[in-house]
Amino acid sequence: MDRQVVMEQGLTETLAVPRLSAAARRRQLREKVIAGIVTLVAFTGIAALVLIIVFVAKEALALFLEPEARHEASLSKMFLPQVVRQGKPPAFVWQPVSNVPKVSMIPLFIGTLKTTVVSMLVAVPVGVFGALYAAEFAPRRLRELLKPVIELLAGIPSVVLGFFALMVMATVLQDTFGLHTRLNALVAGIGLALAIVPVIFTVAEDSLTAVPRSYREASLALGATPWETAWKVVLPAAAPGILAACVLGFGRAIGETMIILMASGNAAIVSASLGDSVRSLSATIAAEMGEVVVGSPHYSILFFIGVQLFLFTFVLNMLASAWTKKVIKRLTGSAS
Amino acid sequence: MTYTTRRAVGLFLTTLTGLAAFLMVGMLALILLDVIANGASHVTWTFLSQPPSDGMMGGGIFPAIVGTAALTLLMTLAVMPVGVLTAVYLHEYASPGSRLAAWVRVAVVNLAGVPSIVFGLFGLGFFILFVGRGMDRVLGYEEMHWAQPGILWASLTLAVLTLPVVIVSTEEALRAVPLDHRTASLALGATQSQTLVRVVLPGALPGILTGAVLAISRGAGEVAPILFTGAAYFLPDLPSHLNSQFMHLGYHTYVLATQSPDVEATRPLLYATVLVLLLLTFALNLVAVIIRTRTRRKAAGAH
Repeated sequence: MDRQVVMEQGLTETLAVPRLSAAARRRQLREKVIAGIVTLVAFTGIAALVLIIVFVAKEALALFLEPEARHEASLSKMFLPQVVRQGKPPAFVWQPVSNVPKVSMIPLFIGTLKTTVVSMLVAVPVGVFGALYAAEFAPRRLRELLKPVIELLAGIPSVVLGFFALMVMATVLQDTFGLHTRLNALVAGIGLALAIVPVIFTVAEDSLTAVPRSYREASLALGATPWETAWKVVLPAAAPGILAACVLGFGRAIGETMIILMASGNAAIVSASLGDSVRSLSATIAAEMGEVVVGSPHYSILFFIGVQLFLFTFVLNMLASAWTKKVIKRLTGSAS
Repeated sequence: MTYTTRRAVGLFLTTLTGLAAFLMVGMLALILLDVIANGASHVTWTFLSQPPSDGMMGGGIFPAIVGTAALTLLMTLAVMPVGVLTAVYLHEYASPGSRLAAWVRVAVVNLAGVPSIVFGLFGLGFFILFVGRGMDRVLGYEEMHWAQPGILWASLTLAVLTLPVVIVSTEEALRAVPLDHRTASLALGATQSQTLVRVVLPGALPGILTGAVLAISRGAGEVAPILFTGAAYFLPDLPSHLNSQFMHLGYHTYVLATQSPDVEATRPLLYATVLVLLLLTFALNLVAVIIRTRTRRKAAGAH
């Protein structure tokens, strides 16, 4: 912040010099042009985000405007149970490529929910406990080794994690739990956990280390053990940051595509069992976009799923960044 | 409870957290060992230098390696100038209370969280169907020339995806350049842009390189965004034009793992492909980690 003030003073003082030479004026003009270009480029990030939602939504819009698409995929057909066969009770079915397309999104929501919940159940304890260990208990050397190793785990492409889940974990889990289908929500969820654990670990660890030393010293001086200090003082102080870590991990899990596409079996089944194959929102886009006719109702539905994924993750991200800001404000505000 | 029992309980729980940490390391080791054990013997020169043959059941992955390299090169050329200049704006040009800077930051945070498959849809909807079609109309192509999946569109899609990575690491690098360097330069009569180009950017170079390397490693591994924007299932020819399709290591992995008619026969090829992809991303990540720890240590020593 100080630097800005210094620089601004520098600039205003130059401006205050009376009667500039032609060269100096040219130089000032050049500086202004450069500053203008830099500012203009900075709009790219905003533009990208706006263009993403505008162009994904644009392709989905036909769903609400064109009569053919509205008939084939109305909101009630997408979200309410439909009578699939005469004489059978209404059900949720995703079969977009058939004589009578059935486009209920509920099976996809259930698939996404199942894999996400499994991955969170695994990744949150492992990530948060691991972060607690790295921030509170690990010797310094070990900690400096642990962080880059987790960064390497974060650097594994998701297609490789999907491959590992498909080739190795699926067989191991099937043998251990005696599941009847090899690829299911459990395998995909645990594979997904591998992808989000580093996210949770990194953000949680950052907010734990942001807790001032004086908190720990005060707690220890009052006779608390190191564990009690970590669990009852440091962790609560960093709580919004930990929550942000979990929310970020959750957002990542909802949108992750390749792992689920490869390891979930991709059958849109409505059931409560984790041993059943599932089809997630993201994997549906990836699997079906390749064969769809551009401009058809099915094509618009896939973009509509994209809009939903965008909105979910957008909201989760805003929440996470609000909470991270809160923890920083709280800790730096009360410490200094 | 006495202090001793409390301590014992604490020690037990501490061990649990240690186990959680080592579970992560253990999984990483397990993945690496599995891939190396099953793939190492198949990574030969022929494998690296030949196109796939016998209906993907034999041959090598040369076109996929070239495709991945060309894709990430184009992506880097697109993302670096924009990412670095945005970070320069945020850290050097924006005034402290700037509204625009706050908006840019919000956009960057959210861009980083957009699911990769949505980037794929964006690439299709914006680059191919909007920009590509527009270019075909303006340039007067009768049949589809730009309005089809190709390496340019795929690399630009990835450039948007990796933009936050570059911005965040560049900004961190700019923050590490001491304020004294800037004030000294300005005091000697240099303009702001001269200071930027001759003092600040050279000082921040290692950090900017880290950003580039991280972006490349991220871009090289992403598959979902290129599914509909240019990756080809099987294409022995190397990409020769900006609108040609290309093979890709990650996509090839996906294809071999899920669409093979004979899983056992493609297994060695699959493992070898994964090993090459992993080595590539790990080497890049390792370079980034090394540069970063070095500059951080240097920055800590300077203050």
